[in-house]
Amino acid sequence: MADKVEAKEVKLTAKDFASDQDVRWCPGCGDYSVLAQVQRSFPDLVGIKKEDIVWVSGIGCSSRFPYYMNTYGFHGIHGRAAAIATGVKLANPKLSVWVATGDGDLLSIGGNHFIHACRKNVDLKILLFNNRIYGLTKGQYSPTSEQGKITKTTPYGSVDYPFRAISLALGSRATFIARTLDRDVKHLQAMIKRAAEHKGLAFVEIYQNCVIYNDGAFDIYTNKETKDDHTLYLQHAKPMLFGKNKEKGIKLDGTKLKVININESDNSINDVLVHDEFDESPLYATLLAFMAENSDLPTPVGVFRQVFRLTYDEGVENQIAHIKAKKGEGDLEKFLFSANTWEVN
Amino acid sequence: MEKTTLDLNSVTVRFAGDSGDGMQLTGSQFTNTTALVGNDLSTLPDFPAEIRAPAGTTYGVSGFQLHFSSEDIHTPGDSPDLLVAMNPAALKVNLHDLKPGATIIVNTNSFDAKNLRLAEYNTNPLEDGSLQGFNVVHVPLTQLTSIALENSGLSAKEIARSKNFFALGMMYWLYSRPIELTLKWVEAKFKDHPQLAAANEKALKSGYYFGENTELFTTRYQVKPAKLQKGIYRNISGNEALALGFITASVKSGLPLFLGSYPITPASDILHELSKHKNFGVITFQAEDEIAAVSAAIGAAFSGALAITTTSGPGLALKTEAIGLAVMTELPIVIIDVQRGGPSTGLPTKTEQSDLMQAMYGRNGEAPIAVIAASSPADCFEVALEASRIAIKYMLPVMFLSDGYIANGSEPWKIPEPDDIPKIEVNFRYAEEDFQPYKRNENLVRPWALPGTPGLMHRIGGLEKANITGNVSYDPENHEFMVRLRAQKVKNIENDIPPLKIIGDEDADLLVVGWGGTYGAITEALENVRRTGKKAAQVHFRYLNPFPKNTGQILKKYKRILCPELNMGQLSKILTSEFNVVIESFTKIQGLPFKTSELMERIEKILGEKNNGRK
Repeated sequence: MADKVEAKEVKLTAKDFASDQDVRWCPGCGDYSVLAQVQRSFPDLVGIKKEDIVWVSGIGCSSRFPYYMNTYGFHGIHGRAAAIATGVKLANPKLSVWVATGDGDLLSIGGNHFIHACRKNVDLKILLFNNRIYGLTKGQYSPTSEQGKITKTTPYGSVDYPFRAISLALGSRATFIARTLDRDVKHLQAMIKRAAEHKGLAFVEIYQNCVIYNDGAFDIYTNKETKDDHTLYLQHAKPMLFGKNKEKGIKLDGTKLKVININESDNSINDVLVHDEFDESPLYATLLAFMAENSDLPTPVGVFRQVFRLTYDEGVENQIAHIKAKKGEGDLEKFLFSANTWEVN
Repeated sequence: MEKTTLDLNSVTVRFAGDSGDGMQLTGSQFTNTTALVGNDLSTLPDFPAEIRAPAGTTYGVSGFQLHFSSEDIHTPGDSPDLLVAMNPAALKVNLHDLKPGATIIVNTNSFDAKNLRLAEYNTNPLEDGSLQGFNVVHVPLTQLTSIALENSGLSAKEIARSKNFFALGMMYWLYSRPIELTLKWVEAKFKDHPQLAAANEKALKSGYYFGENTELFTTRYQVKPAKLQKGIYRNISGNEALALGFITASVKSGLPLFLGSYPITPASDILHELSKHKNFGVITFQAEDEIAAVSAAIGAAFSGALAITTTSGPGLALKTEAIGLAVMTELPIVIIDVQRGGPSTGLPTKTEQSDLMQAMYGRNGEAPIAVIAASSPADCFEVALEASRIAIKYMLPVMFLSDGYIANGSEPWKIPEPDDIPKIEVNFRYAEEDFQPYKRNENLVRPWALPGTPGLMHRIGGLEKANITGNVSYDPENHEFMVRLRAQKVKNIENDIPPLKIIGDEDADLLVVGWGGTYGAITEALENVRRTGKKAAQVHFRYLNPFPKNTGQILKKYKRILCPELNMGQLSKILTSEFNVVIESFTKIQGLPFKTSELMERIEKILGEKNNGRK
């Protein structure tokens, strides 16, 4: 390689991450935005080579994602993306492994793999395209559909209680948990980059609009007229303010959160909870995770929590290195002849 | 007292007691010592699925049978010459298996009212004459152990637990075996509990000296070393041999071994064994479920590992869809199914061969895979190497069928010289030029291009692929083409495996066809029949998909074909439909292996029929 001139690293562009396949989502689908923001963010990822990126998915609309990325990709089977991705990562820990998945794929048929990947802190980046509906099977309710939802399988309204994906991830000990919106492209890009930088399992819930079967499900968080009052952008070490003029804040009242107006005489900015992404205890982030269901409170987006722990793949690698150091590299001859042996002449 | 030593060629003994009596341990200690003495041997552990079934009951009885010999043997023996019965239940359950006139050593202390009632004996069999015809040796095992250990400082309960070592010592004396190997084991096992180590050592020695001094035994026995092939041997179980085989395959291919597994009887020992050998770089991933286990293996194969998953029938059912994914993505994985009694949870600790159809056809769509089966505990080593070779060379899933009988059973294994084991060729794709993920070589095999390789970025998945490009394709002609191509790829393996070999009389009228763990019993039955001057031939399948090329030709040569299987005739059905031959199926579905005598009886019946067995 002596004759090879040290090439200056060329900065990649979004285009470099687009595959030659036609994208086949419905016109107006929120998935287009996620794909675009991933392709726009990836050139900025520091220290990750394009050939080291692997996208793994399960089944569903969002799971077609790997076909559209010019990286390594594995379109798996329903629900199993996290398990396949775990194998990919364990067998080659230097890879950057991403999972594209939907609310049915990750939280219903693949729920078991999700909670265990979180628990083990496998170094995977999981993007949940949560549209609260089954799209590819044409409109059945999902485990994140709100109670009472009318769908093809629930013509009289669903009686199930939905999962809160963030709190499920928290309960499963994920080390990075965030939420973002398909229509807020800057925020979406920022969350993708934060996930990429996190060492350990990064879970990003993306509120994603399904134009065909659940159109407008997240309008309240993205429409100009309503978003200021219903969406709370979490920022580390910043008071939790929202509203058109950031006049409203979240106050911790005992173990409950409530909204106060900081301009009212009884209140001040000092009463407003200051967001701490790095709180070791999951209790605070759990309070935030429950806000989305409370109509009196805004829905937070941003990083709920980030903690740092040895990842599963690092643990596995370290243990192998440790045992090799202790016992010496495996020697086949010694190994096969190691038991109680006897000789026949 | 002067005692005589009698030479025997072959002995079958069975240890039986409560599942908490340590019979498996006693049996394996006796086995390991017997191996070191140089006998050929074969074992049959037989235990309930419950870890500690209620003491004293018949369903809680755990047994360990060992056949050892100065000659080449193939089975754990049909009927024991000697039974050690630790309690009435053990006697009751095992009595009907014994040879006429067999010796029964009973622990008389356990034949009290309570244990007799638990075993549902109305009268004490030691007193009511029902054991007439057997040589019953009354040994107060519990009492003798208590006396031996009275100053050990152990509790009465702990002392009682050592009675299996007393019995083992006595058996060592009776069959002229050294006690040193077990002493070494005790020392290592209880190195942090010197009191227990001392007690077990004392119990073992006391049993041995009891044998020497008691007037109950006037004769001891000796079985001379077997004239095995020259070499260095160790005793090995099927699960151990399998684990060693895959580590060897990892070394010989240069690929890291990745095992994705979820604990399941009787396959868990493979996971246990491989977890110990991290200095070979083995990654053992105990997954959250069977599906995750195989899915992770598929992911690891994509990353370039020698990826395997171990399970038993119920777990294989769960892995089905993912195996189809491996078929579609054309990635090399080995699925190991240690078969047990089914369906559903079935008989977890008992053996059966009833997953053959599941292995061959149990997937949605047209999804053929390679299927190979091991025929004995030691054979699991070679089959592991062969499964790895085929998976890697042909880029496809390989099903490795073992069963509970060979997984837990053990036999002497001539350890191969590592240098004599051929390398497993691996050809990762690196060149960018002309790369297409589904472009194939002469064997129809696509390239193995690993994530991390610059310039070879590509996508694979479970949707139908266009050949060459690997792009998603719904084209009708392409689908048919690809289905046939994937089948042809499996079929091509037939050019790369040895032909089926006829054992016995090629010119016989009767051919006995088997596969997997029935090899020992069929072989022994045929040897016995042929020794009487009758003619019979045998073939035994290792390769079940594809079959060896000469299979049809051999099957058609014989007037009658008998196929013994531990299922309802699954191989018979497959051979009948593939080769259009008439097969007489002989089946047994009791969770137990064939007895040699059962097979002999059937074979002799056929040979005795009119026209020398001709139809």
